Amino acid sequence: MKKIIALVLVLCLALALCACGGGKAKEESNVIKIGVYEPQSGDNGAGGKQEILGMQYANYKTPTVEVGGKTYNVELVIADNESSNDKAVSAATKLISSGCSVVLGSYGSGVSIAASDTFAEAGLAAIGVTCTNPQVTQGNDHYFRICFLDPFQGTVLANFAHDTLGAKTAYCLGQLGNDYDQGLVNYFKQAAEALGMKVVTAEFPENNSDFTSYLTSAKNEGADVIFAPCSISYAQLIVEQADAQGIQMPLLAGDTWDSNAILAAAEGKNVQIYVSTFYAEGGDPDFEKGIKEWLNSNSEAMTNNGGNDMIAAVSVMGYDAYYTALEAIKKAGSADKADILATLPSVTLSGVSGAIAFDDTGDAIRDSAYIKQANTSDVVWDFVTVAKVG
Amino acid sequence: MSDFLSANLPYILTGISVGGQYALIAIGYTMVYGILRLINFAHGDVFMVAGLVMIYTTASLPMYISIPIVLIATVLLGFLIERVAYKPLRSAPRMSVMISAIGVSYLLQNCALYFTGGLPQTYPSIPWLSSSVTIWNATTKMVTIVTPILTIVLVFALAAMIKYTKIGMAMRAVSKDFETSQLMGIKINSVISFTFIVGCFLAAVGSLLYFTNYQSVIPTSGAMPGLKAFVAAVFGGIGSIPGAVIGAFLIGICENIIKGLGLTTFSDAFTFVLLIVILMVKPTGIFGEKATDKV
Repeated sequence: MKKIIALVLVLCLALALCACGGGKAKEESNVIKIGVYEPQSGDNGAGGKQEILGMQYANYKTPTVEVGGKTYNVELVIADNESSNDKAVSAATKLISSGCSVVLGSYGSGVSIAASDTFAEAGLAAIGVTCTNPQVTQGNDHYFRICFLDPFQGTVLANFAHDTLGAKTAYCLGQLGNDYDQGLVNYFKQAAEALGMKVVTAEFPENNSDFTSYLTSAKNEGADVIFAPCSISYAQLIVEQADAQGIQMPLLAGDTWDSNAILAAAEGKNVQIYVSTFYAEGGDPDFEKGIKEWLNSNSEAMTNNGGNDMIAAVSVMGYDAYYTALEAIKKAGSADKADILATLPSVTLSGVSGAIAFDDTGDAIRDSAYIKQANTSDVVWDFVTVAKVG
Repeated sequence: MSDFLSANLPYILTGISVGGQYALIAIGYTMVYGILRLINFAHGDVFMVAGLVMIYTTASLPMYISIPIVLIATVLLGFLIERVAYKPLRSAPRMSVMISAIGVSYLLQNCALYFTGGLPQTYPSIPWLSSSVTIWNATTKMVTIVTPILTIVLVFALAAMIKYTKIGMAMRAVSKDFETSQLMGIKINSVISFTFIVGCFLAAVGSLLYFTNYQSVIPTSGAMPGLKAFVAAVFGGIGSIPGAVIGAFLIGICENIIKGLGLTTFSDAFTFVLLIVILMVKPTGIFGEKATDKV
């Protein structure tokens, strides 16, 4: 008897869960689905959410696309890859099974690489938004990206550290086993050593929260700058502990740190933070006004943006990625994923973050990055310079 | 000498401070094990929940009210977990209780994921504890100095309670022999609940100290400190409170010295290699009692 009750209970539970997941909308013929493959939780959750905001705003502005004289509604299908390489494939599979025509994402190079084969098998084109590791697009035909690459970013940052900050020794800190961190540290190291700087590298394990020892080591090594291109959740801790320990040397990081979460952590603290990024606020006033109005009218979007209406560069990139996808759909004249994949290499677009065009590997042709500094008293990013490598 | 000291003191200070925080968690593991012979895998997550409760209460309440609320809420959570997930399994095989503990751990993590939306939450600064202080040119937070002192005070208070009070005597009796103490009229359920309450109280204090130092809480924040504290408890001899405290301090200090030597990649590996070595060489730990099988 007891067993039967237990069995019934388990079945009820399972059915209840099915009911939750089973509420799928009917297949409509006039809908084109764009997959959003982004982290909404985990270490990169904050950044992923901001990138999605850009796409959602773009979708809000342009919710339809005209293909062959017929107007289609564009629907964003969002899958959370939890910032984890293990969850990447199941999130990607979810997008494929829901019938997406093209995929945008992800924030974080590791998850993009992890899901790449899954997208390839399905013949689905993916447009990387801010995954900067070269391996994302290397050796495949289906992964594209609209941002600059780590060899470029590493060089830009090394030049900046050497020329502007006058650093002679750099202490590099990255997360163990994270493709983005290790890739960027590696390129920074190559460029910095070529400039005659001394580079010390260190790694921290996942879920580490104690950075005081690393900061002490940086100090003992006589570093003039700390380069820590890690996820936002670790970045907050590093900023906090650098201040508590009275570390005076500048903290330098890549595009991940360009987030209002970092500014919030640095507020009122005695730290110098420099980041390289895709977009500097003030680049396109019309766009900024629009997205700020949208953020202020949508409380959920506001929460996902960290509670204020500051525009993250990743949101701008998300916005451009959405329009790149629309452009590809229009140019292909079809919502079929194979047609879009074939058309994408020839797509060009003048986006908010600059002109977008793809080279032979599927990377965006870009030659400049913005360097910004955190203003800890006004809690804004101050534009420092546009860096080019040439 | 003074240069050497000021360069390396931060590692030792951090080590002692982290060790103290591990110790407060490790006591929870070791006490529950001593009484129930159960590894309470949810303990690290209770620690994380305490951090989240602090964040949400300080959002609307002043600090002097929210700290007691955190302590009470964590204790209640521990009590509830025991009543709901472990008590019904009292006569079940030990493996079932262990699996139930793992289930609770994942339940707490996923609830936290749901409430926080997966975003790291910033822990509030507790006045005075968060202020900076300089010792021999090494700047650190006040909490680094407070932690070891508070830990030691709490451990002595706990030891006194176990030695001199009636409930302490009951706990000792239960840990020696579960069935016999029941026959002697000890209310076993209240003793077990009390153990969980004490363990969770210490975890809540530990979380206040830990997150003041590392001001970011994510759903998996409890996992690593929990595991390290567990290793500390095994290292000191699981079931022994002084063992857990000494084990925790040793692990905290060694970990940071290894980071200081530049072997940053191996700082976690060290902790777990230590666990394996201890289990091979001295399975009962430093202070562990040798189990005698009575046939």
